[in-house]
Amino acid sequence: MTMRATTEGFATRLVLITVAMLFLGFFLLLPLVAVFSEALKQGIGGFIEHVDTPDAWAAIRLTLLIAAISVPLNIVFGIAASWAITKFSFPGKSLLITLIDLPFSVSPVVSGLIFVLLFGANGLFGAWLAEHDLKIIFAVPGIVLATVFITFPFVARELIPLMMEQGKDDEEAALSLGASGWQTFWHVTLPNIRWGLLYGVLLCNARAMGEFGAVSVVSGHIRGETNTMPLHVEILYNEYDFVGAFAVASLLACLALVTLVAKSVLEWRFDLHGGAKH
Amino acid sequence: MNRRAFTATIALALAAGPLLAGCSGKPSNPNAVELTNVSYDPTRELYQAINPAFAAFWKQKTGKDVTFRMSHGGSGKQSRAIIDGLDADVATLALGYDIDAIASKAKLLPADWQKALPDNSSPYTSTIVFLVRKGNPKGIKDWADLVRPGVEVITPNPKTSGGARWNFLAAWAYGKKAGGSDAAAEDFVRKLYGNVPVLDSGARGATTTFVERGIGDVLISWENEAFLAEKELGKGKFEIVAPSLSILAEPPVAVITENAKKHGTTEVADAYLRYLYTPEAQTAIAHAFYRPRDPKVAEQFKSQFPAIPMVTVDKDFGGWGRAQKTYFDEGGVFDRIYTPKK
Repeated sequence: MTMRATTEGFATRLVLITVAMLFLGFFLLLPLVAVFSEALKQGIGGFIEHVDTPDAWAAIRLTLLIAAISVPLNIVFGIAASWAITKFSFPGKSLLITLIDLPFSVSPVVSGLIFVLLFGANGLFGAWLAEHDLKIIFAVPGIVLATVFITFPFVARELIPLMMEQGKDDEEAALSLGASGWQTFWHVTLPNIRWGLLYGVLLCNARAMGEFGAVSVVSGHIRGETNTMPLHVEILYNEYDFVGAFAVASLLACLALVTLVAKSVLEWRFDLHGGAKH
Repeated sequence: MNRRAFTATIALALAAGPLLAGCSGKPSNPNAVELTNVSYDPTRELYQAINPAFAAFWKQKTGKDVTFRMSHGGSGKQSRAIIDGLDADVATLALGYDIDAIASKAKLLPADWQKALPDNSSPYTSTIVFLVRKGNPKGIKDWADLVRPGVEVITPNPKTSGGARWNFLAAWAYGKKAGGSDAAAEDFVRKLYGNVPVLDSGARGATTTFVERGIGDVLISWENEAFLAEKELGKGKFEIVAPSLSILAEPPVAVITENAKKHGTTEVADAYLRYLYTPEAQTAIAHAFYRPRDPKVAEQFKSQFPAIPMVTVDKDFGGWGRAQKTYFDEGGVFDRIYTPKK
């Protein structure tokens, strides 16, 4: 009886593992290898030559800038929203939860067009903006707005289940012992959620750097100024500069890989330390 | 990571955003002027050659530095972006219709903008030719060969691509001339689009499909794109075939007067577009595989551009407004003749 169960288990396991490996190999590893091999088609010198252009550097700088603005904003928003949702009860709470998910369910192109409708020359605030000589879309602020919109569920979505599970016992204990709200947050809540928070930040960051659709709509595609890395990849590809396109794409992939490694390290740490909470 | 380190990381991340944003401001120079040229896809090489030449010319003439911001994209999309507020000082697009749209929808330039500069405000022209694979294995010589069974034709979707509309109208002109009636023309283009395996959304996409992915026997293409593919992308892999009849494509240029007024760039924007008509610029234009307007320069590059009889949109199709409505708008001729392949 025990023997049979083990044999069956082994066969099933083998099949499942093989299927999963083949699937991953085909859909993830193969494209990744293709990107890197195409990027290095003309050797490492060719790679550097194609990346070392003013437009490519401008795209890299802009992408990092966008991430550096939108990720902190979403950290603040994500913590505030999940705090409010899990620690208090108030009318409209379920509506707030639904709204947080909105960017996940709306097509990125629509997300971009929303901002054109709001801030475009013929948009809701278009005339006012023109009067005050403020530029939102087809400029960096528009790209930031679109990116923040697209990425705002990541942190909150990561924290809400975690904070829900932890309940408010720790905070209530801290408050009853005379801690201020800020002290409670800093010394009790934040340590409890830190790994989940970092995980959310990583996902948020990956998407902020990689977003194409919404950013494409609001960018205006001005070279060296409003092209992010994903947009620059498309432009290079359309200009028949395939080595350049894949070189920049491989840089983006590297950023994603760094994020993945960081995520794995975090998960390992989480199991070691934070896991004790569960 | 201990808590202090963690806190520091978060604090750093929060501080980094505004800090980096603060650094990105550009120093302003009263003696420098910036021109934004919003253009369509295939002109990148052209303006890469023209812009530094004009900057040198302007510096010599006025002592002022001029720098350029270039934006390239599908012509219709770029027109839409200018209407929505993209700060173009000049628009250099694929067809007059797209600049008409800016004039009518956003009132950013006068309705008669096309009279502002010589030659319909089109300092360079192009036409529609065929690109075939080396040795022309399917023996394609003219439009009639494109409707033969078994010939795969690559052309983008005229609903979304400016270039594709030129292709469609050129095919229509041939069909009408060969068959003698609009009905014959419609029958011809129906057969032709029946040979199209996939409609790309833009001209560049179609070229990539043909050149890189190796799909199709013949690419209907802008002449300048075909030259680029023949001479630079796949040397020795393609040949250009000039059909017996084609269409004169006039990509127009215009100062977006309201924007230029706002930026104080009216004078330099106008000079920039007029510069395109000078012999130096016309030579650069020919080098970028566009047909120059200047007769002397055209003579010089005669061997590069085959003489093809051409129809024009204004004379043969009653202008872009009418052609757009008849052929490409919802419920127009194209909707009637094209059924996607199952």
